[in-house]
Parts: sequence; C-alpha cells; structure tokens
Amino acid sequence: MRHLLSTRDLSRDQAVAILDVAEDMADVATREVKKLPALRGKTVVNLFFEDSTRTRISFEAAAKRLSADVINFSAKGSSVSKGESLKDTAQTLAAMGADAVVVRHPSSGAPSVLAQSGWIDAGIVNAGDGTHEHPTQALLDAFTIRRRLHRSAARGRDLSGTTVTIVGDILHSRVARSNVWLLTTLGATVRLVAPPTLLPVGISRWPVQIGYDLDEAVSAGSDVVMMLRIQAERMHAAFFPNAREYSRRWGLDDARLARLGASTIVMHPGPMNRGLEISSGAADSTQSTVREQVSNGVSVRMAVLYLLLSGEREELS
Amino acid sequence: MSGTLVIRGARLSDGTATDIVVTDGVISELGVSLSAAGSQVIDADGLIALPGLVDLHTHLREPGLEQSETVLSGSRAAAIGGFTAVHAMANTLPVADTAGVVEQVKSLGDSAGYVTVRPVGAVTVGLAGQQLAELGAMASSRARVRVFSDDGKCVSDALLMRRALEYVKAFDGVIAQHAQEPRLTEGAQMNEGTLSGQLGLAGWPAVAEEAIIARDVLLAEHVGSRIHICHVSTAGSVDVIRWAKSRGIAVTAEVTPHHLLLDEHLIRGYDAKYKVNPPLRRAEDVQALREGLADGTIDIVATDHAPHPLESKDCEWDVAAFGMVGLESALSVVQASVVDTGHLQWSDVARVLSSAPAAIGRMDGYSTGIAVGGAANLALYDASVSTVFSASQLRGKSVNSPYLGHTLPGRIIGTIHNGYLTVVDGELVDTDQVASSALVTERGAHHG
Repeated sequence: MRHLLSTRDLSRDQAVAILDVAEDMADVATREVKKLPALRGKTVVNLFFEDSTRTRISFEAAAKRLSADVINFSAKGSSVSKGESLKDTAQTLAAMGADAVVVRHPSSGAPSVLAQSGWIDAGIVNAGDGTHEHPTQALLDAFTIRRRLHRSAARGRDLSGTTVTIVGDILHSRVARSNVWLLTTLGATVRLVAPPTLLPVGISRWPVQIGYDLDEAVSAGSDVVMMLRIQAERMHAAFFPNAREYSRRWGLDDARLARLGASTIVMHPGPMNRGLEISSGAADSTQSTVREQVSNGVSVRMAVLYLLLSGEREELS
Repeated sequence: MSGTLVIRGARLSDGTATDIVVTDGVISELGVSLSAAGSQVIDADGLIALPGLVDLHTHLREPGLEQSETVLSGSRAAAIGGFTAVHAMANTLPVADTAGVVEQVKSLGDSAGYVTVRPVGAVTVGLAGQQLAELGAMASSRARVRVFSDDGKCVSDALLMRRALEYVKAFDGVIAQHAQEPRLTEGAQMNEGTLSGQLGLAGWPAVAEEAIIARDVLLAEHVGSRIHICHVSTAGSVDVIRWAKSRGIAVTAEVTPHHLLLDEHLIRGYDAKYKVNPPLRRAEDVQALREGLADGTIDIVATDHAPHPLESKDCEWDVAAFGMVGLESALSVVQASVVDTGHLQWSDVARVLSSAPAAIGRMDGYSTGIAVGGAANLALYDASVSTVFSASQLRGKSVNSPYLGHTLPGRIIGTIHNGYLTVVDGELVDTDQVASSALVTERGAHHG
C-alpha cells in the first residue's frame, strides 16, 4: 500500500487483509509488553490542520506501539497558522525525512493533493479531509462490526449479509462516505437515514438505500445502527428547524433503542452529543460499541501504518 | 509598417482559396494570383484565413493585479491565439468603474498594439452590487464603453439589475451578467451532483445559474433592453435562453472553450487547474452547450481568460483561485470540441468568434468578415497539425491552463491587426515593432 487516501480505492481482498493484520495488532495489545519493533527507525508525522485530539492520539499510540518515531505537527502554534502553504509544509517534512504523513485537513482532497504533488515522497494516510473521507475510521468501524458478529472466527471474513444503517448528517460526514464505500465493498447492505437536507444531491447513484424515517428503519431491523454527530453550525443554516425537532425525528432515544433487537450493534464515531443524536441510554448500553471503537482504532491504525511502512511498500516503490 | 501585404493562397472559411492584399490597414483586393510586386508576402497555403478573433470576456488584470497579467502580456496571449480584439473585464484594482480607469486600460492597449483593447465597465461601484457606477461617463469616455459587467460577481439585486438594463439603453450599451445566485453558491466549489457528493466538495447547483438567467431575460423583456449572459455552463441555461429567444427577447449568450471541452470528471484528483467559475459541469451539459452553440441559442464563444499566479493553484482545492487562461488555446479547443465533432463549420467559427462578439460589443470593422474595403484584421490558422499543449505555447504571464499535457489540434500561424502583423510563422512579432506599427496606424487614422 503506497497511500491510504480513500476507501473507494480498496478492493475487498485488500480491505479484509487490513482487518486481518489489525486482528494481529489487537492481539499485541493484550500482551504484557504492548510494543512491536516493526517500524523501528521510521518516522511518522501526524500533520493536523484541524483539532482532533482523539484521532491524533490514536495514530500516535499506533505508531509508538510499532516503535516508530512520532512527530506531532499541528496547525496551531506552528508556521501553518502564520500563512505557510501546504506545499511549504510538505517540503519541510520531506526534508526532515518523514516516512509517513498522517494528515488531517479541513479541505476535501488535501491528502490527495499531497500524494500527487511530488512535494513529498512519504506515504500519506488520510486522517480525515474536509467532508470527503476518513478511511481509518471506516476501517475501525468495519473491524468492530466484524469482531462483534464473528468473534474469534473473524479473520478472513467480510461483511456479506450484514445490514448497516447510518443515521444523520450524511452531507457533511467524511465518516459516512468512507463507510459507504468500505462496507459495500465488504458485502454489507448500507442504508442511510437522514433529513433530505443532509443527504447529498445525486445520492441516488450511490450503492445505498435511502430513507428519511428513522422509525421505519428501526422497524425494518438492522444489524448495525451507526449514529453520526450533528454539528451545532448546521442548525443555523436551515438544514433543520432546531435541535429538538432533529432529536425527535432522527435521534436514537431510549424508546427507539428498546425497539431495536437486542443483537443490534449501536455505533458512534464520537464525539457524541448525548441527548441530541443519541441518548445516554443508547450510548452506554451493552449494544453500544463506542468504547470498543476507540481501542480498535489503535489496532486498525497500527495495521495501516505497518502495511504502509513495512517491506511491502519498498517493493512497490 | 504601413505598405502592402500579400497573403498567398489562404482558404476562406467558406472553403474558397484566395490571395488577400492588405494596403494601409484595409483589405484592398481578394482573388487568385494577385500581383505582389514590392509587397511583403505571407505564404498561407494550407491555412484557413479567419477574420481577426474578438473576445468579449478577457481578464487582463491591469491595473492592480500585474503579477497575474498586464495589458501588454494579455494582448500578446491574445495575438498568439489569433485575436485582434479583446474586451477587458472590470474586476481590476481599482475596479474599472470610472472613466479614468477605462481610459487608462484603453490607452495601455493602444500603446501595446497587439490587439484592440475594449474596456468593459463595472455595472456597480466597486462591483459591490449596491449602487450604479458612472455608466454614462464610461460610455462617453475615450474608451467608448458599450459592455458593462460585474463579472466575477452577479448583479443579484433584481431592482438594480432592472435599472442597469434600462439605463444603458441611453447609449446602446449592454449588461453582461455573471449569472450566479449568491446564496445558493455560498462556499461552492464544484458542480453539484453525484460527483460533488462523493468528493465532499460543496456543490454549485445548476439552478443557481439558471434562476438568474430566467429572472434576467424576463427583466430584459419587461424593460425592452438587450442582455448578454456570460459563460453559460448548464443544459438548463441553454433551455432557458432558447425559450427567451423564441419569445423575441433580446438576449445573447456566450460559452467558454473550456465548458465546450472539459467536464467535471477531471476534478477527481483535486487538481486546482480545473477549478473555474462557473464550474466544469456534467458531460450532458457539455453536449447541450455544443448543441446550443450549433443551433444559435448560444451566440458566441468567449474565453474568460483568467490568469492567476502559480501559488494560487498549487494548493488545496478549496483555497485555490477560480479561473483558467484561455486566449492562446481558444481556437484549438473550439476546433476540438465543435468543429471536429461536426457541430460547427469554419464559417460558423468566424461568426461565433469574430462578427457576433463584435456586434454585441458594438465594435466597428468586423461585420463584413474578410471583404474588400474591410479593416484588415485576420487570423491564419493551420487546422491540420496536432500538438501536446504545453506551457511553452502560453504567452501571458500565467500558466494556469487546464490543457497542459492534453493533445489539441491546430495552431495560429499568422495574426494581422489593423493591417500590420502581430504573429508571423507562429511566433509573436517583437513588442517594439508592434508598438511602432500601432503608433503609425493610429497617426494614419488621425491625420491620413
């Protein structure tokens, strides 16, 4: 793997292979010494143009468990905030000898620009770009679903026969996009439920089912319900009237939770707005994977960094 | 450099072969095997002779944005593309909203001499959309402004648009509208559709263009004014304009070469050289624009030549500038998109790139095309060659062309402006020589 920019680029076999390596990495986390020497001498830069403590520390933990050197480079307090361009920043990191750059950026496509620009030769991992994609989040979601469904027999399997319902702000969600491509590639059926204002125009051509009614989706049943965060600024742009109405129609409250089958997995990429898109009852229920998602995130990111930076990459380049 | 010029064996756009004799800035003779005694001879065997091209939509960036382009550098880009006249858009710094600025731009164009520079005046003060600029003063100035536009911004206030349409009737002016409903396009980055949803780029809906065009053709009908629509980019816009013309509304419309050739799929890699306003649209829109140009719904091709420095494009998509340079490549792109595809004949090209834009801008000297007694503004074009377009073919200051690395047909071999050569053997004539030719011609016009 040269870069990880989008889950659209992954084949079924590649995706399953990443999840299988992540299983191996998860095993490491259960050992007394949670560290592998695999990436000793490699430098991983976390280049964050947007605040995201969760994602950054997850990547940092992943790189450190693989014994890589980690440099955290955040836009705040660095030259980026003084108006240095993406190009200059990339060339600076290249000159420092970065082997992989994990990039979080508010502009959709910024990781693709970095990967194609020739400014830097390092492997690029998209850690969330604008409203485009967040591939490692989708990989950890798929990993979490596969583990819940298949337990210790998860290795080598995809998600055929699984139905995943994603609820909320699809329009602005990079998590939703990455999940749509990855989960369908893995054989799952994906259903999106949202106010019509928060679904992209042209979504009818996506490989998904569309619905506006969460109660209907709850009645229809689903193996997984994934709730997306609603950003406060959406309320001021006429996407929906107010938080109460949103919560009533599209929130996973206790009543809807009760109507879901006990085997339905409840997911949220975090951070949650408790009481808005998800009730505390739902977030803290045994069906919820919210905390598992966090620990699985480290395993999946270890797998991605390992595949990007271990011998395989040198063979490719 | 007055004196006689003989162009040997050119093929006119109707297919007939002819020699063209140019004397004192005027086409003095057409025919075969004309005498060339004492004249400079240009061998045009195998070349198409078109009337000098006229661009109704050019950004020359001067005054104020000279790092991107100057009147001189933009004029050179125009000449190498076969143009002999350009209309310089008003979004400079300061904005061309007073007689002083438009006269400055005109005089810079006159002294450069590569093309006739016709300044476009702003519709509103500072392009701010609040208050009419001094349209009458610009019309009466030495620049004789006839085209007014806030291009880059839409005159979105319906009442202000109505007043502007009415007011310019006093001097036979026209409002060239940049049709973009501002609220529907806040933060917009690319055509809104399946692809924008996938790429996570804020969508620029077709309706934001079509709704303004629909409103403005109805306003033009109501007040009995003519209106020109800049850079039409959607199939729906073509339908609205076709409907307006069928009602007899005095609307004219332009399409850019890039909207005739390129579609939104090029944006997949987030390469900002494809970022432009209005955005590249769907393949279906490209097809509808070609058909609209072929059936006369769209009157002209205009470049929207929009130079930007490298750093404005060498960056993330959503911070990159909108715009592409287009003067140097325009005729080649027109050949590729509508001539080679059978939508237009060369005689149509002469219309959409010369006589029709000149008529909209109320320019003299272009109505008859290549005819005895007409002003000698000519472009000699070799349609038979094909090249991989590269930065070395650009002559302006900026290199933000979307065609770099694309194979394009055709090449301008010669350009003649007011009877003197600006391009010979496919290369620009030296700046000083063109400037002195322009000076001689101007003196001749004043005293001769």
